[in-house]
Amino acid sequence: MASQEATSGLGATRESVWSGGASPYAVPSKKLGMWLFIVSDAITFSALLIAYAFVRVASSSWPLPFEWPSILNATIMTLILLSSSLTMVLGVRAAKMGNRKGVVGWLLATMLGGVLFDVLHLREWLGLIDEGVRLFKNPWGDPQFGAAFFSLTGLHMTHVTIGVVYLGVIAWGTNRGKYTSDDVEVSGLYWHFVDLVWMFIFPLVYLMSNKMA
Amino acid sequence: MHEAADHAHVEGSKRTFFFVWGWLLAITGLEVVLAYQHLAIKLMLTLLMMLSIVKATLIISYFMHLAYERRSLAWTLMPALVFVVGMMFIVFPDSLRALLMRAH
Repeated sequence: MASQEATSGLGATRESVWSGGASPYAVPSKKLGMWLFIVSDAITFSALLIAYAFVRVASSSWPLPFEWPSILNATIMTLILLSSSLTMVLGVRAAKMGNRKGVVGWLLATMLGGVLFDVLHLREWLGLIDEGVRLFKNPWGDPQFGAAFFSLTGLHMTHVTIGVVYLGVIAWGTNRGKYTSDDVEVSGLYWHFVDLVWMFIFPLVYLMSNKMA
Repeated sequence: MHEAADHAHVEGSKRTFFFVWGWLLAITGLEVVLAYQHLAIKLMLTLLMMLSIVKATLIISYFMHLAYERRSLAWTLMPALVFVVGMMFIVFPDSLRALLMRAH
């Protein structure tokens, strides 16, 4: 950084982290970049969730198709995703400690959680499709149900799938000594965000649509 | 992994992470139990969303480390997000008009 103080304009200004040439947040650029992406992605998911709530409130015959097996399935999915966040933080911790083997192990465990989540969710999807739910048609009520449900949960499933691939690349690269602990931490931010989004989809889409006995 | 000097930089103990994870699981269980109570839909929605916001805060603060970063990062990211999401609700009451129009 320049050592001379700026003396023009309103007079001498004290050197601050905001005057350029420094990282005012004290985080690596990649981490800041991931945070900015996460905020924008959070806005995308918020828009979809609010649109889902909007069409549901506006509907007089919104289907409530989820019986206990479906709710149980979604609850197990939630527990799996939360646990995969735990294995992810342990992976980041291993990376900070310089334990390369630990990183690969924890990331593989996290990826396994992601794959399990996808499998269970696809099973739910296939069940609904089997019962006749389509994007603009279903046997129970408001035809928009399918579009709202599949777009919201489908975008989330895409995020999980991309996350599994992302973590695979990071694990592979870490094993070869290509990546630093910062890269592992940044991939962790993405993974936790995907987990976080599900914490809103699960109550809004599943729990609020349970079919009570 | 080249930073052996990074040892001092490890924030959050293993215990903290397991503790947070336990709370997240417990709140999830509470949400499922709550979903099977016969409550008014607005009350149910409010309770579930409050619990979800607690979960989101735990994830952001501890798993995503935001609590350990400089405050300036959180202040740069979070108010903007809250503001934009809040703005999306401006048109929300229109859903009730749509419902009433359909009823006639």
